[in-house]
Amino acid sequence: MQVARAMEQKELSSEEQFLTFRLHGQDYGITILKIQEIKGWDKVTPIPNSPAYVKGVLNLRGVIVPVIDLRLRFGLPEAERDIFTVIIVANVNGRLAGIVVDAVSDVINVGAGHLCEAPEYEGQENREFIKGLAQVDGKLLVLLDVDRLVNPDSLDKSTAAAPVAAAR
Amino acid sequence: MAIDMRQFHQTFFEESLEGLAGMETELLRLEKAAADNGHDAVAADPEILNTIFRAAHSVKGGSSTFGFDEVAAFAHVLESRLDDLRDGRSRPDRRVISLLLLSVDCLRSLIIAARTGKDVDKDAVDGVRAQLESLESENAVPAAAPVMPAKSSGTAHWDVVFRPHRRLFHNGNDPLRILRELSDLGELKVQADLAALPTWEQMDPEACYLGWNIELIGPVTRETIADVFSWVMDDCTLEVTAHPVQSLAPRSITEAVASMDAHADTLRVSVPKVDALINTVGELVITQTMLSQLTTNFSFDNLSRLFAGIAQLERNTRELQESVMHIRMLPLSFAFNRLPRLVHDMSQKLEKKVELTIHGEQTEIDKTVIDRLIDPLLHLVRNSLDHGIEPPAARLAAGKPETGRIELKAYQKGGNVVIEVRDDGRGLAYDRIFSKAVERGLFPASANPAPEEIAEMIFRPGFSTAEAVSDVSGRGVGMDVVRSNIRSLGGTIEVASQPGSGTCFTVRLPLTLAILDGLSVQVGAHTYILPLVSIIESVRINPEQISRPAGSAELYGLRKEYLPLLRLYELFHVEPRSTDLAQGLLVIVEADGKKAGLYVDDLLGQQQVVIKSLATHYRKVEGISAATILGDGTVAMILDVTGLTRLAHASTGRGPVPAGDTFTPAVTPTLN
Repeated sequence: MQVARAMEQKELSSEEQFLTFRLHGQDYGITILKIQEIKGWDKVTPIPNSPAYVKGVLNLRGVIVPVIDLRLRFGLPEAERDIFTVIIVANVNGRLAGIVVDAVSDVINVGAGHLCEAPEYEGQENREFIKGLAQVDGKLLVLLDVDRLVNPDSLDKSTAAAPVAAAR
Repeated sequence: MAIDMRQFHQTFFEESLEGLAGMETELLRLEKAAADNGHDAVAADPEILNTIFRAAHSVKGGSSTFGFDEVAAFAHVLESRLDDLRDGRSRPDRRVISLLLLSVDCLRSLIIAARTGKDVDKDAVDGVRAQLESLESENAVPAAAPVMPAKSSGTAHWDVVFRPHRRLFHNGNDPLRILRELSDLGELKVQADLAALPTWEQMDPEACYLGWNIELIGPVTRETIADVFSWVMDDCTLEVTAHPVQSLAPRSITEAVASMDAHADTLRVSVPKVDALINTVGELVITQTMLSQLTTNFSFDNLSRLFAGIAQLERNTRELQESVMHIRMLPLSFAFNRLPRLVHDMSQKLEKKVELTIHGEQTEIDKTVIDRLIDPLLHLVRNSLDHGIEPPAARLAAGKPETGRIELKAYQKGGNVVIEVRDDGRGLAYDRIFSKAVERGLFPASANPAPEEIAEMIFRPGFSTAEAVSDVSGRGVGMDVVRSNIRSLGGTIEVASQPGSGTCFTVRLPLTLAILDGLSVQVGAHTYILPLVSIIESVRINPEQISRPAGSAELYGLRKEYLPLLRLYELFHVEPRSTDLAQGLLVIVEADGKKAGLYVDDLLGQQQVVIKSLATHYRKVEGISAATILGDGTVAMILDVTGLTRLAHASTGRGPVPAGDTFTPAVTPTLN
């Protein structure tokens, strides 16, 4: 299921398309240009001695791709896998990574005018992953920085992250 | 329409380098022939010189076609000298051949410099060329042809793009004056750009519509050019760029030769191999068509045909895999070709007489293996020459022929390629190695180890029995590096030696790096692949043989040695089927000369696996060398034994660690 080819990301110009998904009752968005495909939850092979949120690796048509559980990445409780659980395969500069989320919702356009900075909070460890906030149909959408999320350096940090305070 | 010549450059470089390698081989043959037949060597076998001549000629032709003037000029001088040899005006004595070999090195570094765009040691090249030219005057033969002048390094080549603004004339400036001034600086080529010129009706006679593209060759700097334009700086757009030319400046030849290997990024494949590939794909297509026809109107009567079709598909796939793997295979001669020259140069330096024979250089092996095999191989041969072969006098005294022999043999055996490096030298000095080992506390003085165990010592890091450190060998770095290099290729190295009559190193390598022979082992719900090369045996655990010395890891007594016992489930923090050692199996593994016992739940079986990198999309994981995909499509991790011992070391972190770099006891105690 090819959603979009990952391409060089343009600046947040007039409008940008985001893939939105749900995680622990909150809506998040990732720029669609960095998403290669979406696939259903599949059994993964765990990688020894890796952080808990790195669930393991997946055979994506012969390519070994690491899979990150976004709930665990954000320090949220782990959820049961169900028919809505999907793996979003992101392609960041040629590096592939799967991101497990509760369910994908939609592809939406967000105009530059609807974006705002995430407010500063005390002890907000996940702030580095948040690119901005957007108001869509009266609901809050948290836009994530996928580059940082799948960056191998940040994958090394095995600290359990605090809950996303800005999400509420 | 001009043809872009650059597309042919890569081919030219490769062909030239191959030609030079051939030249080198033939020159060595010529020297040998000269030694055998006296000065009639050229007459005895004219084909040798003709081959050398052809190679030099095609390098010259190619390089002047593609504009590598330095290469062409050098090749021209070399060719003239070869011509003298061919016509009998000079003789292929040792000095001439050495100089010709040196010229081959120069040409090679020039070509590599042209390919990488890097610089070459001009002084060294000019020195060799001067020697070549002086050789000619000695022979008192008139010069065959003028030598192409090399570009002098003082001049620069500039591209200037000059686009005056419309109002240039309003300030009283005259572009012609600027161009004239530029022409004083050096050789000038000017082209007017008429693109902005409007139609006659629309033209404003007081506006400047023209632009100029200027090429300037001369001893000038960017600043000098900018100065000429200083009056009009605000009324024009100006770009001054250096003209793209390959400039050659000092750099050592050896360095350039060393960088050659890093650039082997293309593969020349013989046509039959490609044909075989096409055939296999053809068969695959036929099978696929058959299967899809069978399934469109499927009835159970056709079941047997379906099974037959699937079996055929399987066979086609395997054949396809094999032929694709075959494309990556190159004959070992690519690695062996470097050795005659090494032996030639080194035996002269060490004043030893050595004859090198090579067998089985047509044996094919994966290209990656070849690239990484060259260094260990050079080291082994160098070692045989320096430590193995005795000086001529000592050989005669020992009743051996004056000329030593080094034999290189390669052949395929099962899924492995075996390379033997054998010499008829003095062999390993077992007593000296043993006393050195005792001195270093590797053996108790009372021990009575088998010869193989002693021979094993030479692969230890920092172990050397050489009394004097020479620039060839004796520093004790070397054999351990050779072993770890060969291990990293998934191979093994063994040594066998007969004191007084010679040493033989046997290297076993897998045919390809992409596929690995492995044993799948089970720990709880997980399957791991253990490379077969690192496994020695697997045993049932006898609980009585386990000891837990205070402040140390668990040890397992196997026959006469104690091995550290690594519980894989502990290292990987996974849930095992059982933590009771008696319930599982112990796989005895070896890495870097150290053994360990790996506790697993079960052995599943031996299989070939395709190696997939884990680091491409994730990162390197300690204890894991790569991943693979099993038959059911799931991913399994391939274990890295060296990494596992490191992991165990880090995780236990307790107890005093012996002098060695793992917790493996450096002294293998003898059980009574």
